[in-house]
Amino acid sequence: MKRLIALFLTGVAGVAHADWDVNMPVGVTEISKEVYDLHMLIFWVCVVIAVVVFGAMIYALINHRKSVGAVPAKDMVHSTRAEIVWTIIPVVILVAMAVPAAETLVKMEDTRNPDVTIKATAYQWKWHYEYLDQEIDFYSNLDADSNAARQLGSGIDPESVPHYLLNVDNPVVVPVGAKIRVLLTSNDVLHAWWIPEFAVKKDAIPGFINEIWFRAEEVGTFRGVCAELCGQDHGFMPIVVEVRPAEEFATWVAANQAEGDEQQRLADAVN
Amino acid sequence: MTSATHTADHHDEHHDHGPAKGLSRWLFTTNHKDIGTLYLLFSLTMFFVGGAMALVIRAELGMPGLQFVHPDFYNQMVTMHALIMIFGAVMPAFVGLANWMVPLMVGACDMALPRMNNWSFWILPVAFGLLLSTFFLGGAPAGGWTMYPPLVLQTGDAFPLLIFSVHLMGISSIMGAINIIVTIMNMRAPGMTLLKMPLFVWTWLITAYLLIAVMPVLAGAVTMLLTDQFFGTSFFRAAGGGDPVMFQHIFWFFGHPEVYIMILPAFGIVSEIIPTFSRKPLFGYDSMVYATASIAFLSFIVWAHHMFTVGMPLTGQLFFMFSTMLIAVPTGVKVFNWTATMWKGAMTFETPMLFALAFLFLFTIGGFSGLMLAIVPADFQYHDSYFVVAHFHYVLVPGAIFAIIAGAYYWLPKWTGHMYNETLGKWHFWLTTIFVNLTFFPMHFVGLAGMQRRVPDYPVVFADFNFIATVGAFGFGLSQLLFIVVVVQCIRGGKKATAEVWDNPHGLEWTVPSPAPYHTFDEPPEVGDLAEIGPLKGT
Repeated sequence: MKRLIALFLTGVAGVAHADWDVNMPVGVTEISKEVYDLHMLIFWVCVVIAVVVFGAMIYALINHRKSVGAVPAKDMVHSTRAEIVWTIIPVVILVAMAVPAAETLVKMEDTRNPDVTIKATAYQWKWHYEYLDQEIDFYSNLDADSNAARQLGSGIDPESVPHYLLNVDNPVVVPVGAKIRVLLTSNDVLHAWWIPEFAVKKDAIPGFINEIWFRAEEVGTFRGVCAELCGQDHGFMPIVVEVRPAEEFATWVAANQAEGDEQQRLADAVN
Repeated sequence: MTSATHTADHHDEHHDHGPAKGLSRWLFTTNHKDIGTLYLLFSLTMFFVGGAMALVIRAELGMPGLQFVHPDFYNQMVTMHALIMIFGAVMPAFVGLANWMVPLMVGACDMALPRMNNWSFWILPVAFGLLLSTFFLGGAPAGGWTMYPPLVLQTGDAFPLLIFSVHLMGISSIMGAINIIVTIMNMRAPGMTLLKMPLFVWTWLITAYLLIAVMPVLAGAVTMLLTDQFFGTSFFRAAGGGDPVMFQHIFWFFGHPEVYIMILPAFGIVSEIIPTFSRKPLFGYDSMVYATASIAFLSFIVWAHHMFTVGMPLTGQLFFMFSTMLIAVPTGVKVFNWTATMWKGAMTFETPMLFALAFLFLFTIGGFSGLMLAIVPADFQYHDSYFVVAHFHYVLVPGAIFAIIAGAYYWLPKWTGHMYNETLGKWHFWLTTIFVNLTFFPMHFVGLAGMQRRVPDYPVVFADFNFIATVGAFGFGLSQLLFIVVVVQCIRGGKKATAEVWDNPHGLEWTVPSPAPYHTFDEPPEVGDLAEIGPLKGT
């Protein structure tokens, strides 16, 4: 009970300096911008319908109540014309929505001709990335600071941890402006790879390979999460993608390949 | 003459049959009113059990970081909350209302198969006893109510109990559905043709067919899980050549009709209440029936919209997007018809009407977010985010549950013979409506901003909306205690209710006294002049 009260007080204090993030990110790919536009289009369509329908309901609630002396129109039980109108209009709206949605979907599903292909394998509870052409591979875990803070009763204030729960030890690094294809699979249960800023989300399924692609148009660090329930640490296997200029990406590849070769030599020596 | 006297004697004897005394009345009852009461009380109990679990979830989500529970226990809460609310609270509440009201509405003396009726209820406490006992067997199921493999196969000793209790729930539902169909088809009073039946009876008839069609599919899916776990099959194990996604197809072939199983009877209840308090017949009765049937048909061909991210072929995604969008048409027809029913009526706002109106507004909001979810490219962003959580709670809480509460207030005087306390009822309504929005509306925002479902902890940017939702949830939970007060008061006493209860309501249930006698319609009622009792009253 005490903890509940403490929770309430801290929460009230928190709301006072609020960070009101209320909408889908526009994102940094052509596709994510199209998805955002579709989202806003269907949202405004819903708002307009809501204004009309709720408006009619509210008008009736105000004017057609017994207390203002309304007399029920008991013979108003059917109107074929109204039924046809309110069937046809929604159909037209739906067709108008379906066309742009289908167009964007066709683009999203076109994974041909990638510049870089990365195979992401999900584990309980981390990701493994393998750059198929560059021969780089590594695991990506929740970063140590978040991991310490997220333990039950850790006493560490999540506010004090940079990018709490959205930071990893080894991020994915990709070149800006290139078409990146990600092949998704899993080693155990279902997981899902989601980066809101790229508008990609797809399940990682054991025994199957799913494909997604994105082409980031801006340099930066983009964060996502596992979106499919995968057990107790489902909330603790984030995804971080660093989009870098092409030259920096090349440097990163060279450095990691060298490191990989070094490890290979050590392994061979042991054998 | 002799035979007539004999019949009369027999008849009198029959009337003397009151309920048995004590516990055996409830254990052995075959009376549709007793069984309806049992279902409703069971549902109310489960509503509070599932609600308590929701409050554990919301307490943990009140602020970032883990404060109260271990993530695995959190997942147990998420899983059990859903199973209990769906199979223990919403579905039994509808069956309870059907038990009470369908015979009264069609002029039948009881349900067609009274002993099976008793059985279908008493399976339920056993099923939920088994399910809840898993808390003491090393932990309840924690893989989500959708039971997706391979994760569900990691469940410990709770696994076989989960499967067995789902089987029992399915058997109970199927028996309940058969009973309702047989009652409606065979026991309607002479003159009550199908297209004269009250909308609640119609929606339940269609719901019962949905139940019979899909509960065996669920049973098959969970049995395959069971054999995968214990008998070495590989239906869903990739390592043995199986396909984990196949489970999702089978599950949602059950799961989507299940969604309508939980909303069609709600449509029926609202279609009874709005005309009564608008003092006007239901607008577009025939189109309401056809819209219900269309929704039921469409529910079988939209299932994969729950799984757009599994990686289906483009054509499959397009098909399921278009078919899902189509559902907006018959659903829209229903909303427009309810609005037209209110239009030029003479409305009053007793508690049942208030809940029905809140249903109308808030279910429609859930419908809008549903339409948004149908747009596949956008769904890739919404899927498995809190936006989805907001969506299905809008259609289930201020949707299904508000309709159930509205129905309870509407028929309570018929059941108990007393009027409930209108002031407390209105308090219950306003608190519930304010808190339900406080709880679920902010979830749209955090979901769009990137918060995924089924996590006990989250990045700090989501803290404020989650805190608001937690305050809302505790407010909502506490407000429901008022409902208990109202119901208990109403059972114990209060102003005597008349047979009609409301101002000139439609339907045969208002022709019997309040409380409805233990046995009603031993002789089928006269339904000669349907205009006087049917949905076309006043025309």
